[in-house]
Amino acid sequence: MIRFDHVTKRFPDGTVAVDDLSLEAASGKITVLVGPSGCGKTTSLRMINRMIEPSAGTIWLDDRDTAGFSASDLRRGMGYVIQHAGLFPHRTIVDNVATVPLLLGTSKAQARSRAMELLERVGLDASVAKRYPAQLSGGQQQRVGVARALAADPPVMLMDEPFSAVDPVVRAQLQDEFLRLQHDLGKTIVLVTHDIDEAVKLGDRIAVLRTGGHLAQFAAPTELLTRPADDFVAGFVGRDRGYRALGFEAAGDLDPQREPTVVVGSDRAAAASVALDSWVLVVTEHDEPMGWLAIVPGATGQVEPTLLNRGGTRVSVSGSFRDALDAALSSPSGRGVVIDEDSRLVGTVTAGEVVRRIEAQLGDRRATAQIAAVG
Amino acid sequence: MSTAGSPLLAGLEQRAQLAAPPGLGRQVLSAPLAGLEQRAQLAAPPGQWDFVGYFRSHTSDVMSLLGQHVWLAVIPVVLGLIIALPVGYVARRFSWTYPPLVSIAGLLYTIPSIALFVLAPGILGTQILDPVNVLFPLTIYTVALLVRVVADGLASVPTDVLQSATAMGYGSFARLIRVELPIAVPVISTGLRVAAVSNVGLVTVATAIGTAQLGQLFSTGLQMSSFRSYYAPIVLGIVLCLLLALVLDGAIVVGTRLLTPWRRVVRPS
Repeated sequence: MIRFDHVTKRFPDGTVAVDDLSLEAASGKITVLVGPSGCGKTTSLRMINRMIEPSAGTIWLDDRDTAGFSASDLRRGMGYVIQHAGLFPHRTIVDNVATVPLLLGTSKAQARSRAMELLERVGLDASVAKRYPAQLSGGQQQRVGVARALAADPPVMLMDEPFSAVDPVVRAQLQDEFLRLQHDLGKTIVLVTHDIDEAVKLGDRIAVLRTGGHLAQFAAPTELLTRPADDFVAGFVGRDRGYRALGFEAAGDLDPQREPTVVVGSDRAAAASVALDSWVLVVTEHDEPMGWLAIVPGATGQVEPTLLNRGGTRVSVSGSFRDALDAALSSPSGRGVVIDEDSRLVGTVTAGEVVRRIEAQLGDRRATAQIAAVG
Repeated sequence: MSTAGSPLLAGLEQRAQLAAPPGLGRQVLSAPLAGLEQRAQLAAPPGQWDFVGYFRSHTSDVMSLLGQHVWLAVIPVVLGLIIALPVGYVARRFSWTYPPLVSIAGLLYTIPSIALFVLAPGILGTQILDPVNVLFPLTIYTVALLVRVVADGLASVPTDVLQSATAMGYGSFARLIRVELPIAVPVISTGLRVAAVSNVGLVTVATAIGTAQLGQLFSTGLQMSSFRSYYAPIVLGIVLCLLLALVLDGAIVVGTRLLTPWRRVVRPS
């Protein structure tokens, strides 16, 4: 647990970067600090490992005042990942990762074998170990940065825009892997980003900071999207927040309807005969949905994969309302494809049905909230 | 070492006089106009450029001068680097000190070397022929060249590398030694190459104060060429200075490559 207790940072030129910040980053959770530039998010992060000293207030690490540690000891107990990874260009990848264990006095052999494990853990091939950072792509370097931060198995990880410097595809991939890693490791993580979508995706709790270092709201992602504390937060969280909030609502039992299908390679005339309307769902022989076939009267020949419209997204039975609605809206037939954990077809669901269920679920919650408010 | 200069110098002078044909010298001195004509006729006696022959006949003396030259050129580079490292670090670490330190260093370099060679005994209280009188000015020039180079080399370390080093728990001294200096090596080595090569040339100026080094071949050559057109010692001095500069430069390049294997790697396409 990391607790900011009325922390203020005033720089020598008089700028107040962080103003009376109090918040608690829970153990084993990801706490995200998000806000526009100049909101003091990076300053706040750096005060945790005392790369910047607070002007007033206390930062607690569990029940110890961080000011009571030697700065080096404090830092060696906290992993740190930054935007461009900040790898040491003059050391090989394995030696970069082994840095903190070596600083802590671990033997070279042990530190290296630990480093090799971590490289594997972050999805890097052992062959990169002997290379230098300049030989790696941005995404690979960022993985090394994460491995290096984890090397001494610190309970705390501080991450400053860790995924901002890579392209969107790699970013999404790194984010997903990061969440998987965190699921296994359960570190106490404080992550800084300017990207609200990243905050919503990664954060267990999100602190929205406004310019001048004020805490505007500290809440779970859903709450931030559904009940922004003020206009600033509402504006920062952005458009589509009603729709985006659905991403955090498990759709539960969507009660998918049975959908007639044809197996790829069947006769087109046969496909036309089973179709409910002008579209029929084509599946593989293992009942995995492939795409929609438009029924053309009198068409002959086989159902070739090239004939299929693959526009529709799919929703897993464990998916969110957002996924379900998107599947229905993106489907050419208007029927969203629901699949099970093994990618097999369960059935289809229409946008109307999804919305009806959203209404029902949110309606219940509104009623509860009203009772709470009145009570 | 301090007395090595004078006897050798004296020996060379003597030899130069002995080597000149006695008649020619007198003729030129007594009848300048006729001498000019005669000189034109005698303009290319065999061997006037024959520095290899000169080297063969004076090998041990020349090698001794070369050995002296090497030390006089190399020691100031080493001392200068040792002094420039902390000064350059200060210039980098406390940014307000950068402009004055770099300006002062630049000014030092403009002091004429011959003036410093002559003044050195007065400043340091050394003997006239003490090689320290040469080492001291050349060390100053090396420092003058390297202060800026060290400061800029340290500044070439990317900010995110510095930050991550600090965040991983390096103290500021350990960070300097283990992270900043190794990364600054390529920039610092560029400055070292300039300092080493320019020192090889500057050492020859110390001939004026009688210190033994390759520059003595020039004064010997000057004396010999006033008797007749004989330039072999001068050419030999130039050739050896060039070779020495190339060797020192090459040694620094090789050393730098050994220290920076990470700079030779192939970047991803």
